[in-house]
Amino acid sequence: MAFQILINIVIALIWVFLLNSFTGADFVVGYVIGILILFVLRRFLQFDFYMRRVWAIIKLIVLFFKELILANIDVMKIVLSPKLDIEPGIIALPTNLKSDWELTLLASLITLTPGTLSMDFSDDSKYIYIHAINVPDKEEMIRQIHNTFERAIMEVTK
Amino acid sequence: MNVNAISEIVSGFFIIVGTIFSLLSAFGLIRLPDIYTRSHAATKSVTLGVLCTLFGTFLYFWMTDGFISIRLLLGIFFVFLTAPVAGHLICRAAYRTNVPLTKESVQDDLKEVLKKGN
Repeated sequence: MAFQILINIVIALIWVFLLNSFTGADFVVGYVIGILILFVLRRFLQFDFYMRRVWAIIKLIVLFFKELILANIDVMKIVLSPKLDIEPGIIALPTNLKSDWELTLLASLITLTPGTLSMDFSDDSKYIYIHAINVPDKEEMIRQIHNTFERAIMEVTK
Repeated sequence: MNVNAISEIVSGFFIIVGTIFSLLSAFGLIRLPDIYTRSHAATKSVTLGVLCTLFGTFLYFWMTDGFISIRLLLGIFFVFLTAPVAGHLICRAAYRTNVPLTKESVQDDLKEVLKKGN
């Protein structure tokens, strides 16, 4: 991926030299042209076309902000309800992610999503232990949310 | 209704929302029963509160003075980077030093695992 970005920057620089006008706007135009060239030549690339991964990152960020706002509305409801009817508990969540980087990202995302807080990793890093604020009615839903997160992270690193 | 008035309204909206979220998380710290549920309030609401306040400030200086403050954006970024990790570490340390869960807790998957390890 880094190699493709480097090629793209070199194409943009060549475009700037061809025009002989060294401004930021021309560099951006050259960069867009470089994206198009890389898209056309994508079957010769060793790895996947890198804009797909950039798009996956953008989707992950949008998903994250949506979940963050939902999480805050959730906490607000719990704090402002006259009677605290919560049933907290610790749940083991199985995960398929391998590298430390992905696990850290997933744990941070879990912490900032509704009703869950990552607490500990198991030694073989197959489970993340999460503290859920409302266990009975949420367990399935939480699992589903984390499947979407996990899938979004896999899209990025695949 | 010129641009300045609109920008003041928008940034004021963001700052007030951020303040409300910070206030609510302070309520949560008082009302919730144990350390784990308290860190729910502390990590989520404060993060969004700080985000909204800093973003409102950023918008205000951008619209009125035309000054783009990268430091405010970096502040948002670093808060996002560090708040969940801090919550994770505090919870983990509390659990490993046997701070009890609240009485309403219904499930504890971590207990057997730690017992097996020792």
